[in-house]
Amino acid sequence: MLSKKQAKLFFLGGTFFFLIIFFGLTIDTLVNGVPQYTNDDKITEDVILGRHLWDSNNCMGCHTIMGEGAYYAPELTKVYERRGPDYIKATFNFPGGWRPHNRRMVEYNFTDQEKEGLVAFLQWIGETDLNGFPPKPKYKN
Amino acid sequence: MKFKSQKVAYYFFALSMLLFTLQIVYGFIMGFAHMGFDGLHDLVPFNAATATHKNLLVVWLLSGFMGAAYYIIPDESDTELFSVPLALVQFYSFAIVGVVAVIGFHIGWFEGRKFLEIPRPLDYLVAINVIVFLINIVLTIFKGKKHSTTSWVLTAGLIFVALLYLPGMVWFDNHTVDSFFRWWVVHLWVEGVWELVMGGILAYLLIKLTGVDREVIEKWLYVIIGLTFLSGILGTGHHYYFIGVPKYWLIIGGIFSALEPLAFLAMTLFAIKMYNKGNKKHPNKLALYWTLSTAIVAFLGAGLLGLAHTLPGVNLYTHGTLVTAMHGHLAFWGAYASIVLAIISYAMPLMTGRKIFDNNIGHLAFWLSNIGMIAMTAAFAAAGIAQVYLERITGLDFMVSQIEIQPHFFVLILAATLFSTGVALYIVNFIKFGLPNDEALTDGEEFKALQTN
Ligand code: HEM
Ligand code: HEM
Ligand SMILES: [Fe+2]
Repeated sequence: MLSKKQAKLFFLGGTFFFLIIFFGLTIDTLVNGVPQYTNDDKITEDVILGRHLWDSNNCMGCHTIMGEGAYYAPELTKVYERRGPDYIKATFNFPGGWRPHNRRMVEYNFTDQEKEGLVAFLQWIGETDLNGFPPKPKYKN
Repeated sequence: MKFKSQKVAYYFFALSMLLFTLQIVYGFIMGFAHMGFDGLHDLVPFNAATATHKNLLVVWLLSGFMGAAYYIIPDESDTELFSVPLALVQFYSFAIVGVVAVIGFHIGWFEGRKFLEIPRPLDYLVAINVIVFLINIVLTIFKGKKHSTTSWVLTAGLIFVALLYLPGMVWFDNHTVDSFFRWWVVHLWVEGVWELVMGGILAYLLIKLTGVDREVIEKWLYVIIGLTFLSGILGTGHHYYFIGVPKYWLIIGGIFSALEPLAFLAMTLFAIKMYNKGNKKHPNKLALYWTLSTAIVAFLGAGLLGLAHTLPGVNLYTHGTLVTAMHGHLAFWGAYASIVLAIISYAMPLMTGRKIFDNNIGHLAFWLSNIGMIAMTAAFAAAGIAQVYLERITGLDFMVSQIEIQPHFFVLILAATLFSTGVALYIVNFIKFGLPNDEALTDGEEFKALQTN
């Protein structure tokens, strides 16, 4: 039977081995993968401003983006393609808060520049290669 | 209880219970909002509620882990805690940071990254706080005469919990890179180092409750945490399928995350085997129930329900839907909430001297909360699967399909009521224990006579 010492070796050895592989893959992902998949060279000041606003307002607390976030409001990865910039901008400062089908969004008070930033961020995200996510519905006409 | 200083654990357990209660309140707010009743929107918009719900969860679990460490480490090391005043300072500062974060969410102060919503300045305070905690624990171990595997696994787990918080504190301009490292925190916590903490507490409880030889238990502890890292490190890839990183993560993440349930299966088999092997005369039946249910429900929630959506072909459709919430609830409940409730059930009689081991309230609390949570999981599953079909297969608009699934949230609320009743009863028992006191001091294992070794 396995002794305690062997069990310890299994733990330490396995952990070390898989950590090394994980770090290797991480480096490859950051160095080769990210530039290829994400338009790393198109991150403008606007996109960065948009992402700051995205974070500091906790948009992910209702929406998902790249499938990550909460499930109260629509997935926004492809929203630029789906709705276009004007529709997106109209939702932010809507008096009383945007309210599609009676589900409520927070009423914001963004400047024009901030709106541009958020749109730029959403457009940038929409151009990321996400390995086929979100899936195309089977029966959509 | 063998050492006076173990009593500090009580503060952390009490904070745990308080924050757990609050967490549930915010769960109800969100459940009602999903059902279409969002009357609180102006006061607590959904994004404030969700940040509060998730962060209170993390904070009460961490508080429970810290309490567990303050109770277990002196016992295992056979010495008083290095410093009680330091532990108290650490306790109050921890509680204050938690309260400030929660208030901040209500006035729109966020970092807005799922599970890491606590703003950056507070992150630094959390980090300092945890370092103080770790110093206290590690110095206690060095001061002690005994160095058990159990206490080292628990402590190593807690050290890695702190280290892994750091990758979540760096700003990246690229959202994909941000997400990549956010998972180093979230995934490598719950499917990595938190399992060390859980394994350590579980091993301690099994040693105490079943009386099986420590060497045997600790050997299996190594096997379990070995399986955890063997699968869980590369298993991180199951969060990298669709975030703008290379396709090899689909294969690596798929294979290794599919192996992750093995660690949870091993934990279940281990707990049941030790229970059968040991003598069953330990009077604290409630602690035993919670210990065994931890192992079993963690396997169901994390292992099986995790496996259900971890393969890339399935995850493409379930990713970012309520199916994830189904798994998230039972996994957190089974693995981490339950282990905290187990160690509290074990430690309270020993700290207070009141023998609430086997009362009706305790059993009712156990069954109602577990059945309630399983029913909640079923409601989330129904909602999630319907969502996937309506939105991802037939292509209905998000909001149109949300209205279709509202009835499942009515069921969720019913189940959550059952669950909350159970939790409330648990807390009634917790309060009935009263405060810890020095009369409860004994010369060591109170149930020595029952131990087989
Ligand atoms: C009365 C009890 C509870 C209710 C009604 C409730 C309800 C909810 C709701 C509606 C969500 C939001 C889903 C969304 O993003 O739209 C949520 C999220 C979450 N809750 Fe609860 N909850 C309760 C208790 C708990 C407990 C006890 C735990 C942990 C043990 C927990 C862990 C979580 C987690 C981890 C999430 C995030 C899930 C995800 O985004 O995938 N909840 N909860
Ligand atoms: C106790 C351990 C576990 C806990 C507490 C847990 C909790 C969670 C939570 C809260 C999420 C949502 C994360 C987010 O969207 O931000 C999640 C996602 C996920 N979990 Fe787990 N989990 C555990 C173990 C596992 C295991 C063992 C597996 C695999 C077999 C697994 C598979 C998944 C998958 C595939 C997702 C991604 C869902 C998606 O976004 O598409 N989990 N888990
Ligand atoms: Fe994961």
